[in-house]
Order: sequence, then structure tokens, then C-alpha cells
Amino acid sequence: MRPRSRQSRGVREVLFRIGAIACLVAALGVLAVLLGSILVTAAPMLRPELVTNFPSTTNPWRAGYWPAIVGTLYVVALTLLFALPLGVAAGIYLEEYAPPGRLTRLLQAGVANLAGVPSVVFGLLGLALFVRPPLALGPSVIAAALTLTLLVFPYVVVTTQESLRAVPRSLREASLAIGATRWQTIRGQVVPAAAPGLLTGSILAASRALGETAPLIVLGSVVLLTIPPWDLSAPFVVLSVQIYAFIGLPGAGFQAVAAAGMVVLLGMLLLFNGLAIVARNRLQRKR
Amino acid sequence: MAERGEGGGPVLSRALPERRRWAGAEGAIHAALLLAAGVAVLATVAIASVLFGNSLSFFTAVSPWTFYSGSVWSPDIRGLFGVLPLLVGTLVIAGGAALLGIPLGLGAALYLREYAPAWVRSIVKPVLEILAGVPTIVFGFFALVFVTPALQDWFGASYFNGLSAILVIAFLIVPLVSSLSEDALAAVPSDLREGALALGATRFEASVRVVLPAALSGIGASCLLAFSRAVGETMVVVIAAGVHTDLHADVLRPMTTLAGFVARRATGDLPTGSTLYQSLFAVGLTLFLMTLALNLVSDRLRARFREEYA
Repeated sequence: MRPRSRQSRGVREVLFRIGAIACLVAALGVLAVLLGSILVTAAPMLRPELVTNFPSTTNPWRAGYWPAIVGTLYVVALTLLFALPLGVAAGIYLEEYAPPGRLTRLLQAGVANLAGVPSVVFGLLGLALFVRPPLALGPSVIAAALTLTLLVFPYVVVTTQESLRAVPRSLREASLAIGATRWQTIRGQVVPAAAPGLLTGSILAASRALGETAPLIVLGSVVLLTIPPWDLSAPFVVLSVQIYAFIGLPGAGFQAVAAAGMVVLLGMLLLFNGLAIVARNRLQRKR
Repeated sequence: MAERGEGGGPVLSRALPERRRWAGAEGAIHAALLLAAGVAVLATVAIASVLFGNSLSFFTAVSPWTFYSGSVWSPDIRGLFGVLPLLVGTLVIAGGAALLGIPLGLGAALYLREYAPAWVRSIVKPVLEILAGVPTIVFGFFALVFVTPALQDWFGASYFNGLSAILVIAFLIVPLVSSLSEDALAAVPSDLREGALALGATRFEASVRVVLPAALSGIGASCLLAFSRAVGETMVVVIAAGVHTDLHADVLRPMTTLAGFVARRATGDLPTGSTLYQSLFAVGLTLFLMTLALNLVSDRLRARFREEYA
């Protein structure tokens, strides 16, 4: 290669800097435009009736998200109820108990593979396993929660493993040395020390469950509910699916309703994450 | 571990009766935790068997050859199940998104890792994380309502078009590419970078000719993962790219993908066991195998990368 002059190398250096900064500005700009444009579209619809009214397919001004909000909270709460204990337990096993070997590699590969499966395929799994026979639960709250449980499970496992890995070995050794059993060590020392990380993982799982749309459409969500889905076996609807239904309706009014639904959805995400940050800071201060 | 060691000997056991209970409970807890970890494999097996089982019934009605070589997908009207239009749509949309999103994400990673002052990083990293957490339905709506009108004005695109989905999915995968590539760049030993700089390389030369090649397999892994993510992306496609299943590669016209078809057609009213119902699973299986292959190669690359700098 021919050596280049100092000057041309300097020019390339500057060009590269400009290019890199442009990349960043583009990424950040998109976020600003994305959120800004949705807020502007949603603005006329952001009023209390939006969250208290039932959906309507004829009049956008009467359309609301009340059943969807109930359904979302219900489905997400159930999902966490199933997925957190299961995922944390699996994470603890893989990080603290699993002996190196074929079984552990298989389990670890299962987790990694599950995390890479497209979400719409989980919808097919839920459809064939939970909604239709053998379980035949119908497109219900419980079927949605079970499907989302499998979907968020690998995320909980991976974040659990990461936060357990960050706990210093000395803590475990000290606890074992003064006579605690393995489980006592984990429950009394390791898990509390890893709690902030576990909390982050659970919020990640909640956020995933909250924003998922495709698998729930496949399950056959019912988007025109006139009663909120209070029952486990009631037909379910969630915010994201309800928004999707409104996007499909003609007219600028329903687009505004859809955008307003997204503001509600993003608001819920923000609230979850904000609470998690506060809780994590308190946990960290306590230690 | 021996019973004695666990229980702490007879004297200690008598002094601390709860320790004996624990010794028995330890085994039960161990088993319960193992069971929970088993869910990962169980779920994988369940996915595979549901997809394979239904596809098998489907392939008795429609031969795999007709399915994979047929160029007409018209399951409702003509009863024709040729998956090529969906496959081509998937490759065009995911490929286009990867072509745009990967350089962008890589540029961001390189800049953040090699150039950015701390304060820039402290702003940009969380912003990328927020972008990664935005539900995809929001991206889909953005594509339809804000990107598509511009494409209609400038290029005469139709209301539903592939390009709108490509552009938005590209931005959807930027955070993924940048965070994974940044991890790969961070794993390159700093001696390499410092050595290059000490020999008189500019920072550009050090990062592009030394650090980047050293991290290549790790970056390759992140690119494959991003492509796999784009292949599986559903909502943006369903909302912005449409449902048309003609075989073509014109991104200004409506097109759909494997995932897009599944989400659009599985509406809950399909009778279990009908050919159309089963076709969802054959399409799902094709999608699953594609992403699985991409993820496996990506894992292999990442493992090799880890070995290099272990």
C-alpha cells in the first residue's frame, strides 16, 4: 500500500468524525421525530374519556381504551406472576447449581434459542397449545398470559444469570464458611445482593409483555369488548391489540385515537421503568 | 456432599435442629430449580412439535415441493399455497432493513466506543435503550402515517409499500446492532489499539484497520442477529407493507412477509385442522427455521470471538 500524505489522512479523519456524528444524530433524530409526531397526532384525543370509554368502530370521539387497559394490567400481572418465579429459579439453577456438562449446555442452548424465536411464532404456539385443544382455553386472559410467559421467560433467565454473576464469590464463600447451606447462602446472601439486577430484569420482562402485539393477534384477541375482561377465562384484549384495530379503521379520527393509545402505552412503560429505577436506587442505598 | 458435612455432625445438629431440616430441603430445592430451568427446553420442544406436527398434516395436503416452489400464494380464493412470494418479500424487506440498519448501528457503535467523550455516551446509550424498548406497533404506525406519505409524494409509492417498512425496521435494529457491536469492540484488547496509535496511525486508521478487523467475528454475530430480528419483525410489516402476496421485488408496491402473513391471517376464526389453519404453521415453521439457522451461525461466530480473546 502506498503511504498517504499526512494531509489526506487528516481529511479522512475529519470526514470519519462527521460521518460518525451523523449516524448518531440520525438515530437520536428518529427517536425525537417518532415520539414528537405521535404526541402531535394524539393531542386532540388526550382527554379523560380516552381511558374510561369503551371502544367504538363508528365514532372516534367516543372510542376509548377502558377494557384494553384492564386487560393489559391483568395479562401483564399474570405473566409476571408466572414468568418471574420460573425465570429467576431457572437463572439460579443455571448460575449457582448447574454442573458443567451436556445437560447444562442443553438447558443454556434452550434459553438462547427461545430468546431468538420471532414473537409471532409464540403466537402460533399459544394458538395450538392453549387456545385450541389440548388445553382449549379459548382466546382468554389466561391463554394470553401463558403465551407471554413463555415469551418473556428467556429474558428473565438471562438477566437473572447476569445479575447473579456480578455477585462477588467472596460473599458466597464467607456464607458457606460460617456454616450456611447452599440454598441458605443463595437466599440469604446472593439473591439480596443481586436484587437490583433482578428488578431490572423483571421490568424488562414487564415492558416486553406490555408492548407485544403480534403473538396476541394470532391468539385471536377480541377487540370490541363491551365488558372489561375481569375473568381469567374471559376473552382478552390488550392495549397494543386495540391500537392495532384502530389503525385499521379509516379516517384521521381513528388514527388520532390509535396515536393516543400509544401515548397511554408509552406512558405505562415510562411509569414501570421509572418505578423500577426508584426501587433499584433504594435497594442499592440500603446495602 | 456427604450427609455429615451437610448436617454439621451430630452435636451441632442437636444444637441447631433446623439445620437437619435444611439438609433434606436442599435436595428438593435443587430439583425444583432444575425443573424451572427445564422449561427452556420444554418450550423449545413444544414450539418445534407444534410447528412440525401441523406442518406435517399440511404437507400431506400440499406437497412440500408445491409449497416451496409455487409462485402463487392465494390460500383463500384459489387454494394455492406457493410460499415464494412470502419468502421473497421477507428477504427483500429484512435484507433491505439490514443493509440500511447495520452500517448505521455499526457507525454508532464505532463512534461511541472509539471517539465519543463520556458525556455523549451518557446521553446516547440511554436514548438507544429507549429506542429499543419502544413497542413495534408504534414503529408500524409511524411508518404508515409519517414515512409512507413522504414516499408517496417523492417516489409515487402506493399506500402500502415495502420501502416504508424497510426504512422503519432499519431504525428498529440500530439499537441492537450498536449495543452488540459495542460489546464486541470493547472485548478487543486495548494493547492492539494502543499499539496502532503508537506506530503513528490516526484514530480512524486504528479503529477501522485494527480494532474493527479484530472484532469482526463478534460484529458478524451481531449483524446476523439483527437480520434475524428483521426477518421476524411482524407489526411494522402488517401495518405498513400490506397484505398483497404477488411475487415481485418492487419495494414501492405492497408486499408481505412470512411473519406478516401469519399475523394477518390468524384471526381466530379459522377452523382447527383446515388446510389454511395448518398453512399458518408451515409458514411459521419456515420462519422458525430461518431465524434458528441465523441465530445458530451467530452463536457459533460469537463463541469463536470469545475464544480469541478469552
